Amino acid sequence: MSESAKTLQDLTTQDYKYGFVTDIEADTIAKGLSDDVVRLISAKKGEPEFMLEWRLKAYRHWLTMREPTWANVTYPRIDYNDIIYYSAPKSAGEGPKSLDEVDPELRKTYEKLGIPLEEQKVLAGVAVDAVFDSVSVATTFKGKLGDLGIIFCSFSEAVREHPDLVRRYLGSVVPYSDNFFATLNSAVFSDGSFVYVPKGVRCPMELSTYFRINAADTGQFERTLIVADEGAYVSYLEGCTAPKRDRNQLHAAVVELVALGDATIKYSTVQNWYPGDKNGKGGIYNFVTKRGACRGANSKISWTQVETGSAITWKYPSCILQGDNSVGEFYSVALANNYQQADTGTKMIHIGRNTKSTIISKGISAGHGQNTYRGLVKILKGAANARNYSQCDSLLMSDTCGAHTFPYVEVKNSTARLEHEASTSKIGEDQIFYCRQRGLSAEDAVGMIVNGFCKEVFRELPMEFAVEAQKLLGVSLEGSVG
Amino acid sequence: MLEIRNLRAKAGGREILKGIDLAVRTGEVHAIMGPNGSGKSTLAHVLAGRETVEVTQGEVLYDGRNLLGMAPEMRAREGVFLAFQYPVEIPGVSNMYLLKAAVNAVRKHRGEPEYDAMEFLALVKERMKLVEMDQALLNRAVNEGFSGGEKKRNEVFQMAVLDPRLCVLDETDSGLDIDALRIVAGGVNALRGPRRAMIVITHYQRLLSYIVPDRVHVLAQGRIVTSGGKELALRLEEKGYAWIEGQTAGPAAPAARV
Repeated sequence: MSESAKTLQDLTTQDYKYGFVTDIEADTIAKGLSDDVVRLISAKKGEPEFMLEWRLKAYRHWLTMREPTWANVTYPRIDYNDIIYYSAPKSAGEGPKSLDEVDPELRKTYEKLGIPLEEQKVLAGVAVDAVFDSVSVATTFKGKLGDLGIIFCSFSEAVREHPDLVRRYLGSVVPYSDNFFATLNSAVFSDGSFVYVPKGVRCPMELSTYFRINAADTGQFERTLIVADEGAYVSYLEGCTAPKRDRNQLHAAVVELVALGDATIKYSTVQNWYPGDKNGKGGIYNFVTKRGACRGANSKISWTQVETGSAITWKYPSCILQGDNSVGEFYSVALANNYQQADTGTKMIHIGRNTKSTIISKGISAGHGQNTYRGLVKILKGAANARNYSQCDSLLMSDTCGAHTFPYVEVKNSTARLEHEASTSKIGEDQIFYCRQRGLSAEDAVGMIVNGFCKEVFRELPMEFAVEAQKLLGVSLEGSVG
Repeated sequence: MLEIRNLRAKAGGREILKGIDLAVRTGEVHAIMGPNGSGKSTLAHVLAGRETVEVTQGEVLYDGRNLLGMAPEMRAREGVFLAFQYPVEIPGVSNMYLLKAAVNAVRKHRGEPEYDAMEFLALVKERMKLVEMDQALLNRAVNEGFSGGEKKRNEVFQMAVLDPRLCVLDETDSGLDIDALRIVAGGVNALRGPRRAMIVITHYQRLLSYIVPDRVHVLAQGRIVTSGGKELALRLEEKGYAWIEGQTAGPAAPAARV
């Protein structure tokens, strides 16, 4: 193997650095799923009756469903009775009233992850809601946001404090019966984030949630609901990690976004769940349903995702473009290294007139990774003058990886204009050599070339996150081109 | 500064260089001429450390140190620069971004503080003039959508910014029209100096009317078959490479069996 190939190899086989376990006492229920477990979860959270009913409806529906098999991924059967559906750090109890009440062990964990919950974050303009296993441990800046009428809290709190809003919007984009994993989530979801931005308010800071799976054999089923009322604007960031464990862990989240007239929601994810080891052992199964509805005219929803982790990613952040002139965007970088499998993409459903959507997908495959783009652009009958631009690029970094593209198009209105571009390229030994001849190390050269490939997506991320994403990609690729 | 001794090298399973001896002193400009396939570019790649070329015998000393033992990036940081015959495109990476990373890698290696954006910009502005570089090219992705001439100009511009000690120009004249050739040659001439040595590889004499070499070497079938002063290039132009190959076929053949 040549030296630059070796560096690429080293570069892409590097260890997962967030794999530590926090030793913390947890309130964990027994494995398995039943009516009683659903009731128990609801009771532990002190939920109102409507919430319990919704959960039970979902659970009963789920019992009639079958796990989907159409995705381009393979994994052993999941035993849904071998999963713990609720685990909470014990000291969290009722939930901390302020940062000082947060368990020091927990805070140390977040510091290790580079997420200080301290008030200094004000300077960075980030308000953080951190979800540890199943409960939200602290939400910063609640007061400041409250002055503007913005609600940013854990989902459980929203259910208790703002039941009307939850009732109105929960399940309105992703119904409880939507799909196998979303339905499971609807039955057992434990916590997550809730955001409501009132009419005409521009949220002055990036809102951020940080998810972490700590306990073993635990599934994480968080639920996020973001509502931007008329003319509102909000930018929301989400980051994820998990400890290294030999067993696979299930993560089945649901995210619902609702943008009313003239509202804009920007949703950015940097997903770095534990991807499993070099031989494909362990890692998170990330089976997530994310969908946004542009309900009102001139509304806009923009998804940006950087997916570097998880053993398997199954995820299609989508936009339902109901309002006239509404805009949907999907910018994605997905990396599949070692034995990772990613089947990800988007759905753009054009319903309103003059609706516009843009899809930019960058897939990077390394090692034995398999990367699939799967996307649907659907133009309904009433969507006059709808436009879509799709671009799917794949970068291959070894001879053993794969890239697959499945673009689906359904057009029922002849005034629609759709463009689709796709490319596949292999990272060039000549490109790496060129950079090295100018003095860059092979690692830096690969990093630079890969970042160049992802540029159109990274520039959509908030500044701080973009830097983070670039670093993460570098780390995730350590050891990969052969 | 540079001493090449009995260098033999293989590429694609075939022996390309069959025993090269060459010494270049600081301040000198050497031209290497020869027909297609004679091994000119392979020699340039050996000096830069390309891994697709395998050195089978011989040594190369750079300031008395073993150049072949150094990784390509170390050679670059120590002042070896290769102006590529076919500069690659790197989509999404701006020319400025690559160059700033390169300059700072070199500075860091030398123990000098890295340039910040303003200092770097000042340096770039000054060096751009040397090759009449269009500012728009700086912010475009590396070589992406550049014309042949723009790519070559970009190579010489990078050379000017990186301030190397040993410059190897691999057919920098190919694909240039006469105006571009004059500009590129002007840039190279401006960089000539007592601290720097240059190896100019070319197929045609044309370039050497602009960049006048101290020595000219003719490479044929992997060997330097003749060397001389600048007038050798003119004789070659007049008589063609067949003249050299005819002259040296006798003595060269037995040497190959050694």
